[in-house]
Parts: sequence; C-alpha cells; structure tokens
Amino acid sequence: MLEVRDICKTYNAGAVTELRLFDHFSLSVDDGQFVAIVGSNGSGKTSLLNLICGSIPADSGDILVGGKSIVKLPDYQRYITMGRVYQNPASGTCPNLTMLENLSLADNKGRSYGLTRGINRRRVDFYRSELASLGLGLEDKLNVKMGSLSGGQRQAVALVMATMTPLKFLILDEHTAALDPKTAEIIMQLTDKVVREKQLTAMMVTHNLRYAVEYGDRILMMNHGHVVLDKAGEEKKNTSIDEILGMFNKISIECGN
Amino acid sequence: MLDLIVSTLTQGLIYALISFGVYITYTILDFPDLGVDGSFPLGAAVTAVMLVAGANPYLTLLAAIAAGALSGLATGIIHVKLHVRNLLAGIITQTALFSINLQIAGSNLTVDRSSDTIFTAAPTMALFGGLSLLARKLAVTLVVVVVVKLVLDAYFRTKSGLLLRAVGDNSTLVTTLAKNMGNMKILGLMISNALVALAGCIVCHEQRSFSATMGTGQLVFGLATVIIGITLFRRLSFVKGTTAVIVGSVLYKACIQVAISVGLPANLLKLITAALFLLVLVCSGRKGEEIIHA
Repeated sequence: MLEVRDICKTYNAGAVTELRLFDHFSLSVDDGQFVAIVGSNGSGKTSLLNLICGSIPADSGDILVGGKSIVKLPDYQRYITMGRVYQNPASGTCPNLTMLENLSLADNKGRSYGLTRGINRRRVDFYRSELASLGLGLEDKLNVKMGSLSGGQRQAVALVMATMTPLKFLILDEHTAALDPKTAEIIMQLTDKVVREKQLTAMMVTHNLRYAVEYGDRILMMNHGHVVLDKAGEEKKNTSIDEILGMFNKISIECGN
Repeated sequence: MLDLIVSTLTQGLIYALISFGVYITYTILDFPDLGVDGSFPLGAAVTAVMLVAGANPYLTLLAAIAAGALSGLATGIIHVKLHVRNLLAGIITQTALFSINLQIAGSNLTVDRSSDTIFTAAPTMALFGGLSLLARKLAVTLVVVVVVKLVLDAYFRTKSGLLLRAVGDNSTLVTTLAKNMGNMKILGLMISNALVALAGCIVCHEQRSFSATMGTGQLVFGLATVIIGITLFRRLSFVKGTTAVIVGSVLYKACIQVAISVGLPANLLKLITAALFLLVLVCSGRKGEEIIHA
C-alpha cells in the first residue's frame, strides 16, 4: 500500500510566480492496482510522481510504503523497490553503452556494483529471451550501442530494464507520449503484460484517455493539484471514455487550454 | 635525432597518465576538472620531498597516487556534498593545492644526483641496466603506462566500471538503479586525480625537480590530447579510449617538441599549448560542447 498523506508543495515560494500546487493532498493506492492518472498540463500529475520518487522534496506531509515513511529517504534509496520509465526514451538507457551492458547494469540492481565482471555471460540467453518476447527483433542486437536504436526500441528496452529485478512499484511518466501511435500501442501492451505478470503496483501518467480507460484498474483525473475524478473497480468499468472526455474538456476549458 | 625521438616519446607517455585522468573526468563523467592543475604538482611535491629524504623511489609512486586520490576526494566532496558547480569545485581545489604543495615541499625543490629515482634504482638497473639513461626512462615509463592502461581497461569492464560510465552517460538511470550517483562521481574524480598525480610523480623523477607552477596548463593539455585521440580513432571502434588518448598525448608532445626545435623560446610554450588546443577544438569540430563517451 502506498499512502500520500497531507502533502504540501509550493513552487517558487515567495516569488511573484509562487504556485501552491498541493495543499494537504492525500491519496492511497492498494497493492497490485494499476492507476492511470490523467489531467491537463500543470495539474500536478508528474509532480505527484516526482514527490513519490523523491525527485523533488515535499514541503510537508508524509509518504508511506507498506506503513513505513519514505519521505526522508533520498531518491536513489526509494528506487530500491521502484522502477521508473520516463517520457523521453533516452532517459531509461545509456546511449553509449551497448544493449548488453545496459541490461547487465539493470540486472544487477539491488546488489553491489563491485570489481567483478560487469557482464555475466551466463545471463545472455535470458536477456535474449526477454528481448525476443518483445517481438521487435532486438535479440540479435545485444552488442549494438543503445544510442543507435529507435525511440520505440529504446523505450521497450527501458521497460525491460526497469522491471528486470523484483519490484513493488512501477512508475510510468507519460512513457508512450514521445512514440508514434503504433509503437505506443506495442509499449502499452508490453507494459500491461509486465504489470500483470509481476503483479506490480503501477502508477501511469498519460495524456491518452483511451489507454487510461483500457489499461487502468483505477482512473484518477487531476486538476490544480486536486483529484477531481477517482473511479476504480465496477464503477470504473461502467465509465465510458466519453464521460471522462467530457469531464476532461470541462476542466481544460476552465484552465483556458 | 634518435635521442630527440626517444625523449619525445617518453614525455608523451608520462603525460598520457594525465590524459587517462582527464579521459575519466571529462569524457566519461562529463566533468571538466580544473583540480588537475593542482594535483599534478601535488604528485611531484610529495615525490620530491620523499626522494630528498631518501625514501624508496618506488614508494613515491604509491604516495603520489594516494595524494592525488585525496585531492580528487576534496573536489568530489565540494561538488557533490556541498553542491558547488563542477568548474568552481575544481578551481577551489586547484587554488588550495597551490599553497598545500608549497607547504609540502617547502619551496621549489631540486632532487640532487645522489638520490636514486625510479630510473636509476637497483631493481630498474637489474632489468634495464644495459640501456642508456634516456632509453631506460622510456622503458620504465612504458611499463608504468601499459600497466595503468591495462588496469583501467579491466576496471571499465567491471560492474563498478560500467556504473561509472553510466553516470556520465545517463545519471538519471544510475539513480533509478538505486545507486548514489554522487558517490560514483567522487570515485571517478579520485581515480582521475590519482593518475594525474602519478604523472606529476614521474615527471619529478625525470626532471629531478618540483616547481609550484608546473601544474599550469595541464588540464588544457589533457583535454587537447583526449580530443585528438578520440577524434583520430572515431571511426575505429575497436580502438579503446585509453589507447586513443596515449596516441593523442604522444602526438601533442611531438608537436610541442617540433615547435621548440625550430627555435621557439620556452617562454612561449603555454601560448603554443593554448593555441594548439584551440586548433584541435576547431579542427575536430567539437568546440568543447559535444562530449564523446567511452
């Protein structure tokens, strides 16, 4: 269970541009839930993910994982149980390392990075089969530098890397937004598969309402740092995309978007 | 003529240790470390004092490495823990080291002929005793540089080495791998400055002297050699970065040697160094903005 309790976050405090985004914001996410978060620009979706991951500090409030507070932990320590895939496909992999080196790095997450061999040859077959299951023909490109692959291929590898080791949470930050519609669809299906197979708790920010309705167990719509719509389970199943789109348009017009 | 070639080659190899250091900070970590101009004379100062005191000359190699690592640690802590920008962190260390170096050595120091160096001590004579002093300097230097190169190449293939390369390539990824990227930066700076101080140590053995100003322009030298090396071998992916920067260093020293041979006054040396660096930047098309990684 992930709990966000009474979080306050103000940007540019004291300046003319001061923006109080979260004012005692609270949210709880059950284990194994796939939460899709939608909302217009500036609604606080990505800020929420950044607060949970520790990329930005909270002004006050608490964040708990399994009842334990993580709000004081530095970002890298929170990632021990979290994986994250970013909007930019370049963020999830090292462009100047080969795919094999990238996968080896990710495979070692949670253990020490000492003076033993960086690449474990006995794991190569496993990497090949993981890549083959993507269906993108990447299994023959293990020694190719990551930077020479396409955005979609890189994002697929980033997803494999983020979920390679045992995890509790998967954070998806508009991870299909920079891809063409066909590749986005492939990445979305892969995401769904890995979340179900590994029984992960996932939080996905997306601008694609169809993905949110289709893949999320629970839909959150955010506006100005508030949750304006929260539907899960049966209630979510009975919600049509049109209904959500209507709501979305309403808040967008209020924002002047 | 042959002597000139041998001594130029020796110079190129000794200073290739600086190139290794700069290769780690600038190329791999994306960190232009001005602390180099301080850790180079630091290695020489430690060495000069030890040689004058009659210490085992081989021990000075280890002492210089340790001193250099400490100076890298200082730059790293200033940058990572105190959040000072990388250029400024290096400048602070460099400035502090100027005084520290003088404090260590007392003043500019000369090591007189009665003290043994790594080029004249008994174990070296047992191995290379048949060679002239000039050739012996080349042989010993070659051994040191080849050993350092092989150790570095091996390190880059370890888990720690891969993670270090990842820090410069994509630090976001290192964080999501649940690793403290700041600590990796500090480690990289320590290795880099240790190598630079080792270069200072060997220069001190070679020239039998330490001067407080000998560090001036060494970062520029290192940057130039790294860019020359990497640019030359850009299309040959099987050539390792460490090999490329050795070639860069030897070529650079050869250019300087040619300039001196045609009668250039020694006072203009740094001007030539700067001009050559500018030429390398412009010709390679990099202008110091685009950074090439391991």
